[in-house]
Amino acid sequence: MASLDGKMLRVVSGLSLVAERGQVTALLGANGAGKTTTLECAQGLQKRTAGSISLLGADPDTAGADLRSRVGVMLQDGGLPPSARPIPLLRHVAGMYQNPMDVDALVERLGIGQFSRTNVRRLSGGQKQRLALAAALVGNPEILFLDEPSAGLDPQSRQMVFELIAELRDAGMGIVLTTHLMDDAERLADYVYIIDGGHNVVEGTVAELLQHDHAADTAITDRTLYFDAPCGLDFAGAVGAGLDLSETRPGSYSITGQITPQDLAALTAWWAERNIMPASLRLEARSLEDVFLDISGRNLR
Amino acid sequence: MSKLLSPNAGPASLPRRIIQQGRYETITMLRNGEQLILAIVLPLMALVGLVVTPMLDGLGGSRVDVATPGILALCAMSTAFTGQGIATGFDRRYGVLRFLSTTPLGRGGLIAGKILAVLVVLFLQVLVVGTIAALLGWQPRPEAWLPGLGLLVLGAAAFTALGLLVAGTVRPEATLAITNLLWILLGALGGIVVPADRLPGPLQGIVQFLPSGALGQALRDAFLLGTVPFPAVLILLLWTVLAGAAAIRWFKWN
Repeated sequence: MASLDGKMLRVVSGLSLVAERGQVTALLGANGAGKTTTLECAQGLQKRTAGSISLLGADPDTAGADLRSRVGVMLQDGGLPPSARPIPLLRHVAGMYQNPMDVDALVERLGIGQFSRTNVRRLSGGQKQRLALAAALVGNPEILFLDEPSAGLDPQSRQMVFELIAELRDAGMGIVLTTHLMDDAERLADYVYIIDGGHNVVEGTVAELLQHDHAADTAITDRTLYFDAPCGLDFAGAVGAGLDLSETRPGSYSITGQITPQDLAALTAWWAERNIMPASLRLEARSLEDVFLDISGRNLR
Repeated sequence: MSKLLSPNAGPASLPRRIIQQGRYETITMLRNGEQLILAIVLPLMALVGLVVTPMLDGLGGSRVDVATPGILALCAMSTAFTGQGIATGFDRRYGVLRFLSTTPLGRGGLIAGKILAVLVVLFLQVLVVGTIAALLGWQPRPEAWLPGLGLLVLGAAAFTALGLLVAGTVRPEATLAITNLLWILLGALGGIVVPADRLPGPLQGIVQFLPSGALGQALRDAFLLGTVPFPAVLILLLWTVLAGAAAIRWFKWN
C-alpha cells in the first residue's frame, strides 16, 4: 500500500492485517510507523497504489454511502468544525443515517452534557476526543476506526472511553484502533499488530506478545522485581544465581530474570535477618512496552 | 450500552443527506458575522452609494435600475466565491471535509450540500436587496425575473467552482486573502457593479471575459433590456466548466 500525499510519498508495504467483528484490533507503532496511513487507506481517505483492502467485503476506494454508513471513523485531528456546538453537531451527523443512535443517550454516556454549550474551538483535547468518538458512533456502525482514541484524555475520561469501547466490542462491533501507548493496547486490545517502518513486524494476542521473546524467538519467563531500600545493600548471595541485579539509583534496586518463589522467600528472609523494610516493592512481568522496544530496537538498528 | 447501540439500517436517503448538509451549512453561514457583512451589508452600502452618486447616470435607466442587477451579481460573488471559499478552506484545515466524507454524506454529498447552502443564502440576499432596492424605486421588468434568477444561479455556479478551486489548493489563510482581495478588485474594477464602459480604458476590453463582468452585464441586460446576452452566458459557462474541472483535478481534501 502506498499513497502519494503532496510531495511526500508515504509508503506502507508488506503490511497484512485482519480485524474481526467483536474484537478490538490495535495497530501499535511509533510516530511515523504508518498507522494512520494504513487506517486512512482502509477508510478510503487515501488512495492506495498497490495492494488490496476489503472492508465488510467491499473496496473502500469505491465505497458508496451504504458501506460508509456501516463504518464509523474517528480521525486523529478530530475533523469537527470549530464553530459548532457539540449537540447540534451530533444531531447533524445523526441525520446522515437511517437509524442513528439516540443522541441524548450518547451525550449522557460520554459526559458531553458538561460542555454542550461550548464551541468545539474552546473544548479541551479530551472533550474534543469524546465528541469525535460520539460522532463516529452516532450512526450505529458495525466497524469503528479510532485513530489515537486516548490522546489528550484525562484519567476519568480515559476510563469512560475504555469502558465504552469494551462494551461496544462485547456487543459485536469490530473496532480497529491505533495507538503508540502500550498501556492502551494492553488494556483494550484482543489482537495487536506492531507496525514499524510501514510493515507489520509482529502480531498476536497481548498474552502471546508478552510471553514470547521476538528478538530471540523464545518463550519469556523473565520478570523484574523492583524495590526501594537503604542504599548500598549487597544481597547477591541471597537470591539464586543467574539473576540480573542492579542498583539503578542509590537505594533503588532491580532484579531481572527467571525469579522463582524460592528467590522471593530468600530475599525477604535476607531482609528480615537485617531488619530491612523496603519502602516499595513491585514485581512485573514483561510489558508490551518491553516487547515494543525489543522490536523497534531491532528494526531501527 | 446495548440499549445505546441498535442495528445499523444504512444511510439516510441521498436527498435527505444533501438537504441536511445544506441546512447545516446555511445556518453556519448565517451565524457568521463576517460573512453577513460581506453578503448583505457591503452590497447594500454599495447600492446606496450608487443611488446617491451620479456614477451610473446616462446608462439608459434610473440609477437604482442600473445599480441593482450589479448588486445582485455582487451578492452571488460574496456568497459563492468569498464566503463559501473561506468556509471550505477552513473546513479543509480542520479535517471537517475528511470527517464528513467518511460519513454517508460522502464527498459528492458534501459539495452538493455546499451548493445548496449557497443557493439558499443567495435567495435570501435577493429578497433583502430586492426589497431595499424596491423601496429606493427599483422597477425591474417582471419578465426579467426568470432569466435573471437563472443567470444568478449560473453565476453562483461559476463563483462556487472558483471558490472551491482556491479553497482546495492553497492554505486557508491564503484563501482568505485571495478571495477577499479578488472580491474588492472585481467588485470595484471587474465590471460587476460598474459597467465596463465606465471603467478606465485598458479594463474595458478585459472585464467582459471575467466572470464578474459577464455576470454583471448579463443581469443588467436582463433586468434593463429584457434580453439575455449569449456571449456572457457562454463566458460564465466556460468559467464554470474550467474552474469545476480544475477543482476536481487539484482539490486536496486534507
